[in-house]
Amino acid sequence: MTTTDKANGSLKTDIVVYVCILALSGLQIILAYQHAGGAQLMARMLALALIQAGLGVMYFMHLRDERRNLRLALIPATIFVLLMMNMIWSDSFRLLHMRPFMK
Amino acid sequence: MSEADLTMGGHVPGIMEESPFAIPSKKLVMWLFIISDAVTFGAMLFAYGYVKNASPDWPEPFTFSPSIINVMLMTFILVTSSLTMLVATRAAKAGDKAAGIRWTFVTVGGGFLFALLHIREWSRLIGEGVRLFQNPWGSPMFGATFFAITGLHLTHVIGGVIALTVVALGYKRGRYNSDDIEICALYWHFVDLVWMFVVPMVYLLNIKR
Repeated sequence: MTTTDKANGSLKTDIVVYVCILALSGLQIILAYQHAGGAQLMARMLALALIQAGLGVMYFMHLRDERRNLRLALIPATIFVLLMMNMIWSDSFRLLHMRPFMK
Repeated sequence: MSEADLTMGGHVPGIMEESPFAIPSKKLVMWLFIISDAVTFGAMLFAYGYVKNASPDWPEPFTFSPSIINVMLMTFILVTSSLTMLVATRAAKAGDKAAGIRWTFVTVGGGFLFALLHIREWSRLIGEGVRLFQNPWGSPMFGATFFAITGLHLTHVIGGVIALTVVALGYKRGRYNSDDIEICALYWHFVDLVWMFVVPMVYLLNIKR
């Protein structure tokens, strides 16, 4: 029997996760209106979005029910690529502060 | 038995090894597609952050009404459609074909409604003068990045609506099985999760104060 064939949790769990994801979305909106913009707000927003994504991937997409080697094949590679994209920020700040295109 | 039988899927009991990930090949392919698509959306959002960070006059045009209310409604519909897709998958796996098809079409309805609300939001912004490389408020790149990210997501939603319709009809006729419903559901949940990043990055960090 494959993991696909297993019964994946209960509908009750799905509803709890659904409510959590909606509540986190609501929290994002409250945070957006309570704080002015900036790096701290963006970090909080991203943290909440990551929690939502984690809940969705593990419970809605049932990755937690799959074999560990599937999780190991998918998750670290994705995180590595996304982390490597952070190299762009130094150039973005260079544009902001040094204004190389200003006349 | 020929070599072609072995390589092209001619299964002989006792010869084929078990799948290393214990999932059907098509499900593994969907996971690989989702990973590559997640990286694509990640690159789009990083590019958006890059341009926004480097622009001192980045516009903040989204008011609570109608923009944020519209976004809240869209989020509710999309997350709810993920729940209905879970119910559809569960029904299909339990052998309840009618319920599986019914809930899949409820999900399709949710996706359709989401697309309509999205187009309404676009129309409003276009009406206010936002174009790909100009807008009345500030950095001209705002329109390009906004339409690129939300447009790519909208394309995924429309693609998902079409895919779910085709698979549900095929499932009804016996062409597809419950595994195919489950694989489409994976894609639909992914589209939902991408929206969780689009909302804060594109809308909530640009609200008008």
